[in-house]
Amino acid sequence: MNPSVATRTGGALALREFHPFEAHGARFLYMVPSAGIFRLDDASAAVLDALAAGPRTAEALVDRLATVHSEDRVREAIEELRQIRAVGDVDAPREEVANDLPPAGFPLSTMVLNVTNKCNLACTYCYEYGEDKIVDTQYGKQPKFMSTETAEESVEFLLKEAGANPVAHLTFFGGETLLNFPVLQQTVAYARRRAAEVGKRMEFSLTTNATLLEPDVIEWLAENHIGVTISIDGPKEVQNGLRVFHNGKGTYEVVLPRIRELLRVHRTRPIGARVTLTQRNLDVLGIFRHLTEEIGFWEVGFAPVTTSSQREYAIDSAGHDRMLHQFEELGRGWLDAALRDEHHGFSNAKDTLEEIHKGVSKAYGCGAGLGLMGVATDGNVSLCHRFAGSDEHTIGSVADGVDRERQQAFLVDHHIRNKPACHTCWARPICSGGCYHEAHVRYGESSAPNLHYCTWVRSWTHTCLEFYGTLAERNPSFLARFDA
Amino acid sequence: MKHLAPINQKAGRIEAHVAREKAAAELDVVGLESRPPHEQAGPHFPLGCSLVFFPGWEADSSGGTAGLCQPVERDLFDCHLMCFWPAHVPDQLNHAQDWTAKCASAQKDWRKIDLVFP
Repeated sequence: MNPSVATRTGGALALREFHPFEAHGARFLYMVPSAGIFRLDDASAAVLDALAAGPRTAEALVDRLATVHSEDRVREAIEELRQIRAVGDVDAPREEVANDLPPAGFPLSTMVLNVTNKCNLACTYCYEYGEDKIVDTQYGKQPKFMSTETAEESVEFLLKEAGANPVAHLTFFGGETLLNFPVLQQTVAYARRRAAEVGKRMEFSLTTNATLLEPDVIEWLAENHIGVTISIDGPKEVQNGLRVFHNGKGTYEVVLPRIRELLRVHRTRPIGARVTLTQRNLDVLGIFRHLTEEIGFWEVGFAPVTTSSQREYAIDSAGHDRMLHQFEELGRGWLDAALRDEHHGFSNAKDTLEEIHKGVSKAYGCGAGLGLMGVATDGNVSLCHRFAGSDEHTIGSVADGVDRERQQAFLVDHHIRNKPACHTCWARPICSGGCYHEAHVRYGESSAPNLHYCTWVRSWTHTCLEFYGTLAERNPSFLARFDA
Repeated sequence: MKHLAPINQKAGRIEAHVAREKAAAELDVVGLESRPPHEQAGPHFPLGCSLVFFPGWEADSSGGTAGLCQPVERDLFDCHLMCFWPAHVPDQLNHAQDWTAKCASAQKDWRKIDLVFP
């Protein structure tokens, strides 16, 4: 027997860190920070309930539960709860947030090329051109368009930094990506050839506002298996409210026929819509219905606008509540479909459930500056596409490679270890402080935790945990879809 | 586990880890056993200088000896009897005459041999 077991008995036990939830009549624990999920039986639930009132010794627990559970069962349950660290010695120190920086040589899996910083639209809320922009995209030093040479250097950079990964992802972004269609075409052909030469596979995707989806473009996208995400905000009155041309004219009538043509012709990859929610458009259910049922998108992802709090389109507290309730309602639709083994295009729910299934526990809000990097039109490499062109957030260039010192400094600064406000939050495995760009716009500091979203993130994560528990109880085979 | 069911992938890994720890604890000290003590990433090195059971004469799971007998607190009492290695063991003639009194059989009782401080 391990001597440490012998010395354990006698002291008082207390609850440690976890988040409990219930689903379909069963009780579960979401462990923090490991992100493991366990279902409780009667005995383990009784032990936790008894400890909820305060620390007790194992003997006291056995006595208290004697009328319901045998001593053996109680002791076994205590030992198992100890093993997963749901229960521990009352005076055991709180586990500190680990300071585990990623290993050197971490492979780059996705590179986002800002092939232009020019746009044919003037969406009021745009983080790249609107009131909260961090780079002067109009009169700044960057060229308006990325050259073929820079794009090819970016491909070489990606192939080198991808290390041993067999697949590399190249994403095109803007500005309006399709304004630089000639470079897109050349880059895809070049990347495909170079990837084959070095024994890798390259996957491509792009984001566009759909205004320039001409028949030859659509055909090229389909032939080349390019994943397409369309930025669109919803029905006509919503889309035309904030997504406008420079002359103020709405874009709905221009994009709708082009999107319909894209969906008809491009069948090689699922096509998604990406919606920006603002105070003015929070009808999540209506937008979703329009984009899926009436237009035919395979999936729709929603993101609240990134902006400083004083903008009139910034979502206020009541707006966050409204958004949450609609997410929950749409999420229930997703769950109902999942219980029937059917597809439902609410990608926010799918993405969160996948992270829950895998038990993701993050040290960083996202992979920016590590597994994902952005390239500005001049070839400077930034944390992600949202920081492209920002000197403060540049960590190298495609010609000279990653500046390892700057990257290391970024990784140290942005680690959850340096976000003490997150250290007591049960949702930190899945949130880890959130988006760096959101933090930069909101607080002027990319390393700040996004405290304005805390309640929202915890509520939404809790809801998704309930969905997950329901699926685990009623249709566990569905979860195997997330196994990859 | 009987009272907790692992539901997601991470919970499965935690359960497997707990099972390995438990198995390792039950196997106790491995010494010169030829089977691996539990699943581990590195090779198991049954490095020993004797064929009898002298706990401590093995490499640790990384193949090193840092966690084993070389630090003074891990030197084992049998070393000083027959090993040329300059083991630091208590002075049984003067200060710690009863050091091995509770250890009738090294294989069973080696944990009863405590540290001795000057």
